[in-house]
Amino acid sequence: MMNRTQVFEVSYNSRLASALRVIHIEPVLFLGILLLTVAGLGILYSASDSSIVMVKAQLIRLGLAFLVMLVVAQIPQSQLYLWSPWFFALGIVLLVLVLTAGDVGKGAQRWLDLYVVKFQPSEMMKLITPMMLAWYLSERPLPPTAKSLLISALLVVVPTVLIAAQPDLGTSILVAAAGFFVVFLAGLRWRVLLGIILAGLAFIPVLWRMMHDYQKQRVLTLLNPESDPLGSGYHIIQSKIAIGSGGLYGKGWLNGTQSQLDFIPERHTDFIFAVFAEEFGMMGAIVLLALYVFIILRGLYIATNAQDSFGRLLAGSLSLTFFFYLFVNVGMVSGILPVVGVPLPLVSYGGTSMVTLMAGFGMLMSISSNRRLLSR
Amino acid sequence: MAYRAPVGDYSSDSRLFKHRANVAALICVLLVLGLFVRLAKLQIIDYSYFADLSENNRVRLMALPPNRGLIYDRNGVILAENRPTFHLELIPEQIDDLEAMLKDLSEIVSLSERDVSEFRDAMRTHRSFESISLRTRLDDVEVARLAVNRHRFPGMDISARLTRYYPQGESAVHAVGYVGRINEKELETIDQGNYRGTSHIGKTGLERFYEDDLHGTVGQQNVEVNSEGRVLRVVDKIPPLPGNDLILSLDIELQKVAEAALGDRYGSVVAMIPQTGEVLVFASTPTYDPNLFVHGISYAKYKELQESIGKPLFNRPLFGQYPPGSTFKPFVGLAGLDARITNTDETINCKGHYLIPDDDTQRKYRDWKKEGHGQTDMDKAIEQSCDVYFYDLAYRMGIDRIHDFLAKFSFGQKTGIDLYGERSGLLPSRDWKQKVHKTIWYPGETLIAGIGQGYMLATPMQLAAATATLANKGKNVQPHLLQSIRVAETAVTEDFEPIESQFTLRNPRHWDDMFRAMKKVVHGIWGTARATGWGMKYEMAGKTGTAQVFGIAQDEKYDEETVARKLRDHGLFIAFAPYEAPRIAVAVVVDNGEHGSQMAPVARKVMDRFLLKEDKSLIQVESANDE
Repeated sequence: MMNRTQVFEVSYNSRLASALRVIHIEPVLFLGILLLTVAGLGILYSASDSSIVMVKAQLIRLGLAFLVMLVVAQIPQSQLYLWSPWFFALGIVLLVLVLTAGDVGKGAQRWLDLYVVKFQPSEMMKLITPMMLAWYLSERPLPPTAKSLLISALLVVVPTVLIAAQPDLGTSILVAAAGFFVVFLAGLRWRVLLGIILAGLAFIPVLWRMMHDYQKQRVLTLLNPESDPLGSGYHIIQSKIAIGSGGLYGKGWLNGTQSQLDFIPERHTDFIFAVFAEEFGMMGAIVLLALYVFIILRGLYIATNAQDSFGRLLAGSLSLTFFFYLFVNVGMVSGILPVVGVPLPLVSYGGTSMVTLMAGFGMLMSISSNRRLLSR
Repeated sequence: MAYRAPVGDYSSDSRLFKHRANVAALICVLLVLGLFVRLAKLQIIDYSYFADLSENNRVRLMALPPNRGLIYDRNGVILAENRPTFHLELIPEQIDDLEAMLKDLSEIVSLSERDVSEFRDAMRTHRSFESISLRTRLDDVEVARLAVNRHRFPGMDISARLTRYYPQGESAVHAVGYVGRINEKELETIDQGNYRGTSHIGKTGLERFYEDDLHGTVGQQNVEVNSEGRVLRVVDKIPPLPGNDLILSLDIELQKVAEAALGDRYGSVVAMIPQTGEVLVFASTPTYDPNLFVHGISYAKYKELQESIGKPLFNRPLFGQYPPGSTFKPFVGLAGLDARITNTDETINCKGHYLIPDDDTQRKYRDWKKEGHGQTDMDKAIEQSCDVYFYDLAYRMGIDRIHDFLAKFSFGQKTGIDLYGERSGLLPSRDWKQKVHKTIWYPGETLIAGIGQGYMLATPMQLAAATATLANKGKNVQPHLLQSIRVAETAVTEDFEPIESQFTLRNPRHWDDMFRAMKKVVHGIWGTARATGWGMKYEMAGKTGTAQVFGIAQDEKYDEETVARKLRDHGLFIAFAPYEAPRIAVAVVVDNGEHGSQMAPVARKVMDRFLLKEDKSLIQVESANDE
């Protein structure tokens, strides 16, 4: 363990790095995020048919998201701890409000019209749910007892169900995952985990009955995309052709025929990975995924070195959620998971999830700088 | 260790977490390796299979936008149509020397720097075999010149697209409305599948209200493209289904008569057929050219329209809320008759002002005629528009009875015309004032309401609908601009079915009493609109009104401010004809500065045009009168 710590500490010696640390920015994590977002802009340029307008819009969103990260990084960890239960209570109230008074956009109620901005409370729950669970479990002996497990389960299920009812399957899965990661990191016993998995499998038929038709269609399509080549199977078929025809080295930037000829639907949002894999091939994909793994491992490293349970659990869960995003998106684009509408983190075009992700990284940085302050 | 979680053994918690984090990291790495395996399967093992598919991937789905439905008036005159507009396009790969060609072209058609720079931008994002627009909306001369010179410019193309056009220009724009480019907000609410390939959407008026009918259903075609995306042939095709045509109840000729009669005044005319609710005229002046909006109006032009004093963009009949003034009196009079508060024989003595009985303030409620009307009955009070008579009647009836009876004429409620954003006006009551102003209702306010002033507000649309209900003896028919829809798919015509309701008076003869009184307004020796009645070939029943813009607080200064007040007044006139069997009801409201009697000729011009054109029997009456 010590060795790895020292390797990471080396980079702390540059002047820029110490300047960043003064404003609570963790240099290594920051570098990883920066590299990823720059690469993301390049991919977006190609995926958007060389649209400067879209790249500019994305750049503005990125600027905003980095600003949010910087602001959140300044919040002391102890403050995050104190706010957790209040945020959670507020989040639940807002979710109920969305269901009763929300704006119906594209057939799903997700937005709460606050007159100035339209606001998606479910997005905030991706951060608030792990905060709440970390808050709850850090006050209790670990590994968690049966009673705290039950309460934790409740804390995850309530927001998940409220979001699934909007209906927003993608977000509800992410919220559930974020909550679950906290419980897992808190030391959920393996036999209990096994029990949960078995119960989950038993629950599948019930879930199936609860799903909307379009969601069922997506699962069926995954199993056999060719059954509906012009309908919902079209996404997966075209996306697989794009990735496969990219080969080992890719067709070159701006040269993907699948992408440039409009065959990939939603190619600048959820399916942007297909554009990348077509143009940069297997080698490019390995580099990109390695960059993601670097960020995730750095996040887990920050978590391991956090000063208390709350910091550890929160940082760990946020890192794993980031991984979960990546895995679900690449899995769905490459045809091994159903299409659930999860973007490729920090690369897909669009604002809401980017701001949430960067706010999460802000928390990671706050937790990281808390450790440093204390160890001085 | 200054700060840590309250419970738990730090070192054991930390060790447990480290273990879990390591497990998690391992799982992450393994799963990413799993993704690599998946990618390797697609990109290496099955590479040639997918490369082939990609090479042969050439059937592409293209949307075929439907043609928007047309809008006709009641006589089949076209109000909104789709006209081809011509655009100059270039295909870069077929051009040898682009710069020379741009230079030569600029001598034939006008090319702005912006046209050229936008073309160059577009060139970067299009493939070289795709045609790129250089100039939009060529005029006829330019099209002709280009056609003649076509041989000189290989790679040049003139394309035609259909765009919305309003041949009537400024006429009836407040009813028909216009289309414009779909904006982001609309993008969220429309069915995006059906609007693939559609660039315009109804923004105002009927174009917006009947958007779903007018738009039609998108079609699609599968085209075969080569690996570069060049279209080779059409594989199959589902043609689009054009939008449905609207046939309006509006009479565009009559509409133009009304607009001409209003002249450069700021006002509105609404004319209806009482029995059917068909709206014949829906005029609002000043007006504007809807064609400006179709291609996106320039900011300067839009600002000019918005800031113009006449507010041409303002839909007066629908949004304008005016105190109805004396045009309210026939309705209040009927309320008094029906409530048996008064009868046609009762007279009061008008001395030019009215005092509320037992009121200590001795405040004088003045008549417009300073010296008074003398002994006045209902007929005379309507004919000469005596205020004191109605002060007295309103006082005896009380506001709530006035409110309940007038609500039957849909005052204070939307008429339900087929346009968005209709205002409901205001019909005050005791409850309303308590709820909104949190104060009690004062008796003086009842008097003011009795002559259609004070809180009372009505839109020109409401006045026309109320007049129609009156002419119809209590039968309310929902006013409508749409007569029928011609469904494109089946060519079947579906009629608009208005909502109808009927109320009765305790004594139906009171209808005739009020009709007679209103006829005297136009045809009586002392009628306030008698000048308009001269030489009329049919008999009209009407009522003039002059509405103060500012409220009752200025009541005391009534006389001193005569001149200034005139400037602020609205002129109103409601009427229906022929008196015996009404076939048309009209409301005229003009902003600022004129007496209601001056509005009567506007109504007459509309009625003359409508009644004398169609009804030969009236022309016979005319000749009989001449003898």
